[in-house]
Amino acid sequence: MTDEIVLEYHVSGDDFTRAGEASSDIKDKLKKIGLSPEKIRKVVIAIYEGEINMVIHAHGGRITVTVSENEITMVLADKGPGIKDIELAMQEGYSTAPDNVRSLGFGAGMGLPNMKKYTDEMDIQSQPGTGTTVTMKVRL
Amino acid sequence: MTPSQLADKLEYRIINMDKTDEKQIAGPFCCDLLSLAMSRLPAGCAWVTVMANINTLAVASLTDAACIVLAENAVLDDAAVSKACEQQITVLCSDKPVFETSLEIYEAVNDKAVL
Repeated sequence: MTDEIVLEYHVSGDDFTRAGEASSDIKDKLKKIGLSPEKIRKVVIAIYEGEINMVIHAHGGRITVTVSENEITMVLADKGPGIKDIELAMQEGYSTAPDNVRSLGFGAGMGLPNMKKYTDEMDIQSQPGTGTTVTMKVRL
Repeated sequence: MTPSQLADKLEYRIINMDKTDEKQIAGPFCCDLLSLAMSRLPAGCAWVTVMANINTLAVASLTDAACIVLAENAVLDDAAVSKACEQQITVLCSDKPVFETSLEIYEAVNDKAVL
């Protein structure tokens, strides 16, 4: 692979019926590129968790995935309420998800920890009241 | 064993069947928390859960589950049934609890009685 491939998605907020559509499309495209199932799984877990977080907390946002020869870079940017305490948010089991979201099987406090666990690099930039940008990389 | 063979053997109700029915079931996996299922669900498993909503379908599809088996007669809403048809995701339904459902799937797939 010599050229970069860039995939961009808009994620709608508060719409759980469409949550996962971007992840699903990314999975299909990475399969077509011929990436290994293990790498695809890592990317898909990270993107799906990020997509769900955007739906639950941030009224949606944008996902940009760049596939280059050596790595996949995923940028998830939203204009939501931001994360007050990133260290606390990274703890497994900590969640601010409301009850209606928990009743759907989410809100177990595993989203951000899963994103970190399944990627090789993760950076969170967040300002309360402004939004959050999560950048993750999976090396190929 | 394919999902349709499993449904026949254990008399599960078929909510939707992937027309190809090519996936081989590796074994059961039980979990109702979607984030946990997303990270742990092994490809090719029969996912036994009572969490019956459209997001269950998304996780099953993303993790390449062979099928979803809804335990305790959990009911999928119409939107989720349409999504299962559209995305060719096999969804079966058992009237038994999660443990009993998983155990009988394990026994069926491995062709041996555990208890």
